[in-house]
Amino acid sequence: MNEPEKKTEYDVIIIGGGATGAGTARDCALRGLKVLLIERHDIATGATGRNHGLLHSGARYAVTDQESAQECIKENMILKKIARHCVEETDGFFLTLPEDDLGYQAKFVESCRAAGIDAKIVDPEEALRLEPSANPDIIGAVRVPDGSVDPFRLTSANIIDAKLHGARILVYHELVDFIFEADRMTGVKVLDHVSGEISSYYARFIVNAGGIWGAGIAKKAGATVNMFPAKGSLLIFGHRVNNIVLNRCRKPANADILVPGDTICVIGTTSTRVPYDEIDDMRVTPDEVDLLLSEGMKLSPQLAVTRIIRAYAGVRPLVAMDDDPSGRNISRGIVLLDHEERDGIKGFITITGGKLMTYRLMAEWTTDLICRKLGIDKPCVTATLPLPGSRSDRMEDISGKISSVHLNPVKASVGRHGDLAGQIAHKDDYDLSLVCECEDVSVGEVSYAIDNLDVNNLVDLRRRTRVGMGTCQGELCACRAAGMLAHAKECARDARKDLVNFMNERWKGMYPVSWGETLRENEYTLWVYAGVCGLTAEKSEKDSKVPETKED
Amino acid sequence: MKMQENNISANGFEQCIKCTVCTVYCPVVPVNPLYPGPKQAGPDGERLRLKKGVFFDESLKYCLNCKRCEVACPSGVRIGDIIQSARIKYSRHSPSLRDMILASTDLVGSTATIAAPIVNSVVRLKPVKAVMDGVMKIDKHRTFPEYASRTFESWYRKHARASQDGYRNHLSYFHGCYVNYNFPKLGIDFVKVMNALGYGVHLLGGEKCCGVALISNGMINSAKKNAAHNVGLFKESVENRKYPVVATSSTCTFTVRDEYPHLLGVDNSSVRDNIFLATRFIYGLIDEGKVKLVFRKDYGRKIAYHTPCHLEKLGWGIFSTSLMKMIPGVTFSMLDSNCCGIAGTYGFKKENYQVSQAIGKPLFDQICSIAPDVVVTDCETCKWQIEMSTPFKVMHPVSILAEALDLEATAAANR
Repeated sequence: MNEPEKKTEYDVIIIGGGATGAGTARDCALRGLKVLLIERHDIATGATGRNHGLLHSGARYAVTDQESAQECIKENMILKKIARHCVEETDGFFLTLPEDDLGYQAKFVESCRAAGIDAKIVDPEEALRLEPSANPDIIGAVRVPDGSVDPFRLTSANIIDAKLHGARILVYHELVDFIFEADRMTGVKVLDHVSGEISSYYARFIVNAGGIWGAGIAKKAGATVNMFPAKGSLLIFGHRVNNIVLNRCRKPANADILVPGDTICVIGTTSTRVPYDEIDDMRVTPDEVDLLLSEGMKLSPQLAVTRIIRAYAGVRPLVAMDDDPSGRNISRGIVLLDHEERDGIKGFITITGGKLMTYRLMAEWTTDLICRKLGIDKPCVTATLPLPGSRSDRMEDISGKISSVHLNPVKASVGRHGDLAGQIAHKDDYDLSLVCECEDVSVGEVSYAIDNLDVNNLVDLRRRTRVGMGTCQGELCACRAAGMLAHAKECARDARKDLVNFMNERWKGMYPVSWGETLRENEYTLWVYAGVCGLTAEKSEKDSKVPETKED
Repeated sequence: MKMQENNISANGFEQCIKCTVCTVYCPVVPVNPLYPGPKQAGPDGERLRLKKGVFFDESLKYCLNCKRCEVACPSGVRIGDIIQSARIKYSRHSPSLRDMILASTDLVGSTATIAAPIVNSVVRLKPVKAVMDGVMKIDKHRTFPEYASRTFESWYRKHARASQDGYRNHLSYFHGCYVNYNFPKLGIDFVKVMNALGYGVHLLGGEKCCGVALISNGMINSAKKNAAHNVGLFKESVENRKYPVVATSSTCTFTVRDEYPHLLGVDNSSVRDNIFLATRFIYGLIDEGKVKLVFRKDYGRKIAYHTPCHLEKLGWGIFSTSLMKMIPGVTFSMLDSNCCGIAGTYGFKKENYQVSQAIGKPLFDQICSIAPDVVVTDCETCKWQIEMSTPFKVMHPVSILAEALDLEATAAANR
């Protein structure tokens, strides 16, 4: 590759398209910076897309970590305003079971209040009336302002706004190397996974927002960030069992949160340290499934008999404090590293640690640092400026405005895209016909996503629309969506390969819980795709050996 | 590792593996594009409704509640029940005056029978039909079932009650609104046949409408009251008097056996196994060698049998057809499994008329091509629909038996 002599193209290059990277891109763009974001897969493929989707009130951290709790409740209230279409205000209960110490409740409530979290003790009977799926044996309940958040939507909305403010987003672009001029980092060499070409981009500042992968990115720059990957596994149930988030009122432990998110609910998580070289291949083990199910049943006995559609795992980016290389002193808080000060690498910043809940604050800190260094005096507005999709006043009216016919695919699309659903064509029967029947995703919505939301393949499409996320896990929708992608990209061969990949990726998540109805569903799917339609992988890949897919 | 042994959810909606065979078998889907079909309206919609009630779709009212989806489902999902339960739970449409009139079969019936000749001729008048069509939205093409001038119950009290205790065996008869108000002859035929088989026929003592029309018109509280009342009577009959309960209407039978517990939450488990459809009961007696049938030598009929949807769901069509085939001199044709389209009060509603007739068309065409002497079916509303839509007369299997049996010889054989 020829490296043309280029001047600085961008003010900031952000590496990583998770919530933090997307949020930083938005904040930088809103403050007038010229931004490029590169992401080696799709947006929200790392820890961003592989957690509970819990809009923490902070209550979980109140007793053990006041600082995190305070950050959470502040961001919780901000997200309820700026990202309404990504958030559902379900509230949450912290339940005390007979085996738990009811004495903890008083300390818990006191700590919540100290952090500014509105925690109310609720009579167990009243709690059961409000959330009938909760364990009937509870001896105590505290109500807190937990909620659920859709991380794909949240990341996508940040990306959309960043683009609206001039940012450039390159997905499927992987960092190959950094470019230095003397002691200053000036650019990145990037591999385009679609075209196979390597290009160079230059900027005044380069932000490492790679989450757990940030350690590897920093290493390429010659800096050391000590990360301790902690795997967390979760189970997705086929439909909502609860409508209020259920937590255990005790010291945070395994499998003690049940979150209703969109059409499903999720129990999690486990926590296991994993070696750094395994972070690209997370699999849920039978022991983890056992643990999640047996603990989950204590929150809601209904889980014992509710169909599990998937299992998935993510990796928390836990960062060791700089003064403690042993890793015992782990911070769950935000870690912002100015590598100029720390390692003498000018123009390089790492933002890591933190949580999905604090992505906006992480972006704010990062952007503040860049602006300070650039001498730009522009305040952060992301705490008050609603994201695209959440700009209309009353969400309930939107579907009425968009279509006089109150059809479910229209309602569902408003739920997913907020006021941006107005851009979805729902003119005729064809637009309104369903691609995904479980999640009510219409042809119009899929077309909108393909045309506007950087969709390269079926897995990307799933993150934008929920195609294939329902009970049937792609059985009916995958071939329809593949057909639409083939049409849009004018390549049936790629679409066919993509379809195989997608179905295998779906199976990867079903495999750890493949019994009962989930197994029947998969057998039927296999029969339709392989048996009737003759779909096979081009190489002799068996179902149990799924190709590397990075996400669930 | 531990695996879940089973998945339990309301009406088994989690058992759905999205094979979509229910939608293929739905009689409404091919003729009404406004209806999303049983899969969408049922298990798929249920997930969305569990997320938020706003996903309830009023188009669920187009469901006939024929339960053909449930018969087709290989996974045991109670799709029809999911749809009807959703209507009960979410629909904010209160029943119109028309719906209340159509649903209140026993109230309207008891009033109409008093002035039956007048009512019958008035509802046939064109101007009246036009008013009912325009104001009430009851389709003008519909012929209203005639009301009898004397109810079955009053016939029974006058002509039958006194002799019933003299029989060896006994049963309670759930006659239903249709027999009582519109067509006492079927009830009379039933008493004749059962008496000949050595069974005394007793009334339940104040049965109320089974409630099927109340359910389909959204009058759930009234339906629940009727259900609780009737189950009380069934218990009295089955548990105290040891009389099984037998009905001639397949829809009444289906409603009291299955809709009570599934849709209305009225527990009938202690009596359910002792509630029978007449043909099922009679066939059982023959099969166990408890009764003998002596047929007339001179009987001859070309019969085409139509299985009502709810009988299809009960799985008991075989008993009616087997009984018909037993009769010497009967030429039997089995009609294809199709819905006639009326679905109780559904087809009476102006907005459903076209759909109703379109659904029934394959059945009507087949009947016309066979041209039987008589169509036989166990359901009264199927009878109205077929008689209105074809030139053929429709009879109940019990009435066919009453015609074909040598009642005196049968009675002698079972004494």
